[in-house]
Amino acid sequence: MLAVLVIMSVGIVLGFFVRKRDRLIRIVDSLIMWAIYALLFLLGISVGVNEEIVSRIGEIGLQAIVITFAALLGSCVVAHLTYVKFFREEVNEE
Amino acid sequence: MKSSLVIFALFVFGVICGLFSLAPKWLCETDLSRYALYVLMFLVGIAAGSNRKTLKIIQAVNVKIVLVPLSAVIGTMLGVGLVSFFIPDLNVRECLAVGCGFGYYSLSSILITQIHGETLGAIALLSNISREIVTLLATPFMARYFSKLAFIASGGATAMDTTLPVITKFVGKEYAIVAVFSGTVLTLLIPFLVTFILKV
Repeated sequence: MLAVLVIMSVGIVLGFFVRKRDRLIRIVDSLIMWAIYALLFLLGISVGVNEEIVSRIGEIGLQAIVITFAALLGSCVVAHLTYVKFFREEVNEE
Repeated sequence: MKSSLVIFALFVFGVICGLFSLAPKWLCETDLSRYALYVLMFLVGIAAGSNRKTLKIIQAVNVKIVLVPLSAVIGTMLGVGLVSFFIPDLNVRECLAVGCGFGYYSLSSILITQIHGETLGAIALLSNISREIVTLLATPFMARYFSKLAFIASGGATAMDTTLPVITKFVGKEYAIVAVFSGTVLTLLIPFLVTFILKV
């Protein structure tokens, strides 16, 4: 999957050079949408034909939710600490 | 929001096609989705590189702004890392990779499917969709009990698009710029973090 990182990095550099061409960027944005549509449809198919996922969907869903709440809680706590330590004083001074 | 619904509908349609073997075989057997992913990553790169706002924001606001996406990364890793010990089926790496989707469910689920397999890809899809939904629903609560940055961090990558309107409304307009910046940085980090976590 190193290819993915290289391809994206090439895109970033290229994007920097075409940053003033608004029409091109709009086209890129709509192409992104279509690429995501196609990929999610393909992902759906591969999930649908995968008997392991279909038979364990409840379990998989539960694991997903548990990870989500852990991620959210962790993010909130650390962001809160960051705010208290680095941002609050500044807001008060202003 | 509309496109999120279209995306989800297409996914469900795909699942139905797969379940009842409606899809032509060549769709599943070729490397089509891998090449589509390459195209997507190239386009996402162009979109990110051509985004003139990002650099301006760093110059205009304080350098401290980088602490916001950093908090989201560290917080997600800590939370998910701890909870992974209570999920017997998944190891720490698998859980961290799912968490590092930061709500960008389309990109992260596709990446994880390609790197690690469909089961974890499906978990990533469900987990990151629910991250977006929970962030949207829990706003009033979070705005009250946590500080303003908590909402931006919990929105993750979606803070730059789908959850941005709600952030602007509940957290304040002056934080919209922080949200866009944090969302952009996290979006760019997803492929690097997911690859690193699962491969190294």
